[in-house]
Amino acid sequence: MRLIEKLGAWLDLRLQLGKPIEDITKHPVPRRSASWFYVFGSAALTVFILQIVTGILLALIYVPSAGEAWDSLQILNHQIALGWFIRALHGWGSNFMVAIVLIHMVQVFLFGAYKFPRELTWIVGVFLLLVTLGMAFTGQVLRFDQDAYWGLGIGASILSRAPLIGPWGVNLMLGGPTIAGATLSRFFALHVFVIPGLLIAFVGLHLLMVLKLGVNEWPMPGRIVRRATYLQEYHELTHKDGVPFVPDAVWKDIVFAAFVLFSIALCAVYFGPFGPSGQPDPTIIQTAPSPDYFFLWLYALLSYLPPSAETPILLIGPVIGIIVLLGLPFVAGEGEKSWRRRPIAVLVVLLLAVMLSTLTQLGGHAPWSPVMNAWSSFPIPSEYLRGRSALERRGSLVFQAKQCHNCHSLDEQGGKRGPALDQVALRLTEDQLIRQVIQGGGNMPAYGKNLSPPETTALVAFLKTLHPAGRAPAQDASRSAVLQ
Amino acid sequence: MSTENGSTSRRALLVKVGLFLNGVVGVVLAIPIVRYLMSPLVREKNPGYLSWLSLGPVAQFPAGQTRLATYRNPLVNPGDGPTADLPCWVRNVDGQNFQVFAINCAHLGCPVRWFPQSSLFLCPCHGGVYYQDGSRASGPPERGLFQYQYKIEAGNLMIQAGQLPTPGQPVANKLGCRKTCA
Repeated sequence: MRLIEKLGAWLDLRLQLGKPIEDITKHPVPRRSASWFYVFGSAALTVFILQIVTGILLALIYVPSAGEAWDSLQILNHQIALGWFIRALHGWGSNFMVAIVLIHMVQVFLFGAYKFPRELTWIVGVFLLLVTLGMAFTGQVLRFDQDAYWGLGIGASILSRAPLIGPWGVNLMLGGPTIAGATLSRFFALHVFVIPGLLIAFVGLHLLMVLKLGVNEWPMPGRIVRRATYLQEYHELTHKDGVPFVPDAVWKDIVFAAFVLFSIALCAVYFGPFGPSGQPDPTIIQTAPSPDYFFLWLYALLSYLPPSAETPILLIGPVIGIIVLLGLPFVAGEGEKSWRRRPIAVLVVLLLAVMLSTLTQLGGHAPWSPVMNAWSSFPIPSEYLRGRSALERRGSLVFQAKQCHNCHSLDEQGGKRGPALDQVALRLTEDQLIRQVIQGGGNMPAYGKNLSPPETTALVAFLKTLHPAGRAPAQDASRSAVLQ
Repeated sequence: MSTENGSTSRRALLVKVGLFLNGVVGVVLAIPIVRYLMSPLVREKNPGYLSWLSLGPVAQFPAGQTRLATYRNPLVNPGDGPTADLPCWVRNVDGQNFQVFAINCAHLGCPVRWFPQSSLFLCPCHGGVYYQDGSRASGPPERGLFQYQYKIEAGNLMIQAGQLPTPGQPVANKLGCRKTCA
């Protein structure tokens, strides 16, 4: 024991770290801030450290070459002992990190922690969110598979729409005229050197300010932040009714960090690593690329925006979003902190949460995408064919052969791009069906040139049978009167 | 007295001179660094950005049909692997005239697939649809498919390609063929 003390004293004389560490560990925090709500920042840091460790482990095997990256991922998954587990930890770690950073941000926003004097802490936090998302996107590219390849194409297509600098930006992003080896190399440099460097620097600044300015006090309704008096009030709060950070507050951080790490490991073991999907060979076009879960909302948004609004919203939206986030502490740097007295803040968070989760949910299903193999994989349900005439059954063949099934479902099977056709005869009369098939419209291509008159007749005859047994199909009321 | 003040200010001046020298060196170093970073933008050294490439004999593309063709990127680096080969859709309109479409959807660049039965190109990402002549049929794209310029030389179908077509840089925007066409 005395030996350890001696060694400690020897080191401290040279390092001079004992006092600063003691200051950090013993610094007083407001009693109520030693709360389970205040654990997300340290959890994000914990996951970041996990990402660094697993990232370095992956770099031992991974080859950042467009020709070999995919093979090296296969080696990690199948040949290196527990390589799949390290990949799974890194992949699930990234999902957890994005999620925890977002939760941390919501908590900080609802607790008014961005107000005076912590404006800069919030601003650095916004940059931390951006670089975290940057890590997520570049990491997805390093898993160099079909999704990564076409995902780069999507990124380039979005970037190219920027006025004037767009085409230049694309060449800079890709490192050349096409998606190729140079593209992967620069994303590797970004993911492994540039962005982590920024991340470490921002985390350092962020932590420094948290320590220097003190952790946000528990917001009490009616306790108003004023620039003139806040520092004094906070000093009194921490020194009269504070508790030392270690151990009173830190034990919750430690327990939660362990819980998060355990959850990541559990997900890694249970669900395994992400991909890689097919080889990044652009000549294999039988693929339906989709992004990782943190960008699914964007994938959905890109499908639902009207074409004319897409480019302006894509280019201006993020700029406005970032300006709003950066400007927030300057606009609302004083005043009420408690979310109980800030209904608009709560509504904004709820609105964004509902919006993002709905879009993410839709992105997972992608109902706007045609099901490319529906026409050859999903048969027409047999009850739709029983007792039908030869013409109607011929029409069902046209329905399959012309890929109608790729966009229209029958009995829940097939594409969801267009409306389900199980009851189409209730909605459209014969004439309307003919018009819709031939002229298209309402986001349906016109089939006039692709269907012969007999095919159209047969197809419409089949569509006319698609209605529930007890209900009559739609009819043009004037027709019977005219034909009488 | 004044010598002390004088020496202090002289050292302060020397610090400024030192900072200035570092600034000069920084600028001198920044020029080659920026030039290095900008190299993907400097086209004259990269002839591969747009080159005439062969898709193979014209006979591979029967009249009235649309077929997938692949070409090798003109600018191939050792680490490119499978990304050096790129696909495109070739439509032989009538035996005389061709249309060569980029594989990339005009919306966000996903690979469109040709369905000969319904004569449509469908995109798997957001459901963009194009007619057989590449014009927009439905979905989010704002325009028809990107088309490469083509010519026929010594019985081979040639296209001018080498750059990822994007909405901001559609490569060959003009339809139809050049005078060199057969």
